[in-house]
Amino acid sequence: MAIGISEDLGGSPAADPGAVAALTPPGRGRRLRLPRSPKILVGLGMLAFFVLIAVIGPAIAPDNPAASSSVTGSVPLGPSAAHWLGTTQLQQDVLSQLLAGGRSTILVAFVAGFAATILSILIGVTAGYVAGRTDDLLSMLTNIFLVMPALPLLIVIFGFLPSSGGSDDPLIAVIIAITGWAWGARVLRVQTLSLRNRDYVESARLIGERGWRIIGFEIMPNLIPIIASSFLFTVLYGVGTYTALTFLGLVNPNHWSWGGMLFYAQVSNAELSGYWWWFVPPGLAVALLGTSLALLNFGIDEFINPRLRVAGLSRRQARQDGAQALPRRFVLGLTPVIRKGQR
Amino acid sequence: MHAIARRIGFYILTAIAAVTVDFFIPRVMPGNPVDAVLAKMQGTVVTQATRRALELQFGAAGTPVGLWGQYVHFWSTVLHGNLGISTSNGMEPVTTVIRGALPWTLGLVGVATLISFVLGTLLGVLVAWRRGSWLDNLLPATTFFQAAPYFFLAFLAIDLFATKLGWFPGSRAYNQLDFAAFNWSYISDVLDHAVLPALTIVVASAAGWIVGMRNVMITTMDEDYVLIAQAKGLPKRRVIWYAARNAILPSVSSFSLAIGFVVSGALLTEYVFSYPGLGFLMLTAVQESDFQLLQGIFLIVTLAVLAANLAADFVYVFLDPRVRQEA
Repeated sequence: MAIGISEDLGGSPAADPGAVAALTPPGRGRRLRLPRSPKILVGLGMLAFFVLIAVIGPAIAPDNPAASSSVTGSVPLGPSAAHWLGTTQLQQDVLSQLLAGGRSTILVAFVAGFAATILSILIGVTAGYVAGRTDDLLSMLTNIFLVMPALPLLIVIFGFLPSSGGSDDPLIAVIIAITGWAWGARVLRVQTLSLRNRDYVESARLIGERGWRIIGFEIMPNLIPIIASSFLFTVLYGVGTYTALTFLGLVNPNHWSWGGMLFYAQVSNAELSGYWWWFVPPGLAVALLGTSLALLNFGIDEFINPRLRVAGLSRRQARQDGAQALPRRFVLGLTPVIRKGQR
Repeated sequence: MHAIARRIGFYILTAIAAVTVDFFIPRVMPGNPVDAVLAKMQGTVVTQATRRALELQFGAAGTPVGLWGQYVHFWSTVLHGNLGISTSNGMEPVTTVIRGALPWTLGLVGVATLISFVLGTLLGVLVAWRRGSWLDNLLPATTFFQAAPYFFLAFLAIDLFATKLGWFPGSRAYNQLDFAAFNWSYISDVLDHAVLPALTIVVASAAGWIVGMRNVMITTMDEDYVLIAQAKGLPKRRVIWYAARNAILPSVSSFSLAIGFVVSGALLTEYVFSYPGLGFLMLTAVQESDFQLLQGIFLIVTLAVLAANLAADFVYVFLDPRVRQEA
């Protein structure tokens, strides 16, 4: 069903209503299986670690991230006992900058993700539920935001801000959210469109339930996995975008962030001089934070569409679970889903 | 063709929206771009007419023309191909400056995106086909490369392949001292310089294609027609071809979402490599407060992305007969 979208801009697997059709039947008695997937567990663990860094990082930093330990040296020093991750050109402690820099990145990304998710729910669910002319208008708006390249737009916006501006974290988050809500809105619209004609929604309408109640109590609960996935996607987008903007020196020259560390490294040509300890830690931190979010997202995708699961399919694990009768190589038309303890 | 006409209509609308956004940004933002530009123009004779033109361009206070009049004026300049002057490039017209940088970006991003799409799709098919084998371990690795910022990968590429190993040059698009004529040594020099930026873009963007293709391919492999193809005893390669041909459609149609990300990342990659394309130019424009160049580049980049989308739509209509019949 994800195929053949001519008027839409394309289908990600998560937008596949056919796959989601098997989703939670309304009602109870279904235990949340989510936390058992290794992807979810690893992703959650990593994310928790980064959130912890964001909370306590600035407090446990060994040095003041801006302070120079020596005024005479002008060459970045490699990792040593005094500076575990070496120093920058100005003899600042890289580890302290790394610990202090997580807070703004994570804060902006989550605020942006939150704001964008609210926007996408408002616009996407409305468009899907109301249909007709409103839907046409809202979908068009969504698609326009979707194809317009976001980073060039943000560069123009922040380029026009006077240099004193652009240091207000919540404002930056909201501007990022404005460029990042469209994807979620489109996925939510498609799913709402498929849900609104289901029998149980139809019967709620026949009983005479009001529109907002149908949306809030009948449709929204079934959108939760998709909302969660689009939230994570937007947070991931926020991490990348905020890092890019700070890396370009467009926002937040005043306090530390991972992108800002990379900005200073680039200005000093750290990559051409081989000062890897300066740019690898912040870059790695951003990449791992992004990986944790993406892993969570994969976990949710597999929850929505069980066929995508890999873990249940590895032969070794299958044997451990006592299913010897499995074919040597899984072929077509056959998706064995093996659960632990099911013998 | 109905489907294509609709899409073209949509892209025209998006282009109008982009011009409108371009028009409103300087008017919504605090700060006074007119003074900033005039400060940059020191050394040239600033007449009253220049000042008036700039005020009209940026909508500064004191312009006698109303907002609608300014908007109409903005459109007429854009449609005449006049994007203003670039203060950071010796007062040359913005269009000339962009024309100098555009081929580099088109070449680099175009080729890298093509390689990434083909490579990623093939790998996605392979990973889906060998589901449950060691190839599944490829997925977490690609996730990491996808989550890592483009410019960080560019840093790593420069540090490893340019500084430590010295295999490829780590900045610029050609060796400026050698530039004598358009001959083979120049071309090979250009290719040599393009390897690392292209590699960065391919590594960073292939992951999306791999995962997307794998996911659709796995779903497609469960379809009845694939099962029948295999039951008939068709060679395995043939069966994969049948499944992959159908699974590629969502990848083509999600191209529009991806190209925006790739272009954004490529702009940053150019910046790190000092590659003389639009991205590098755009960031110089920011640093130099060259506002008209900034606005011009945003327009051109958006139009280029729309053109790429249109091309993907044509491919889609070519690949999927159902879209053709809809009309």
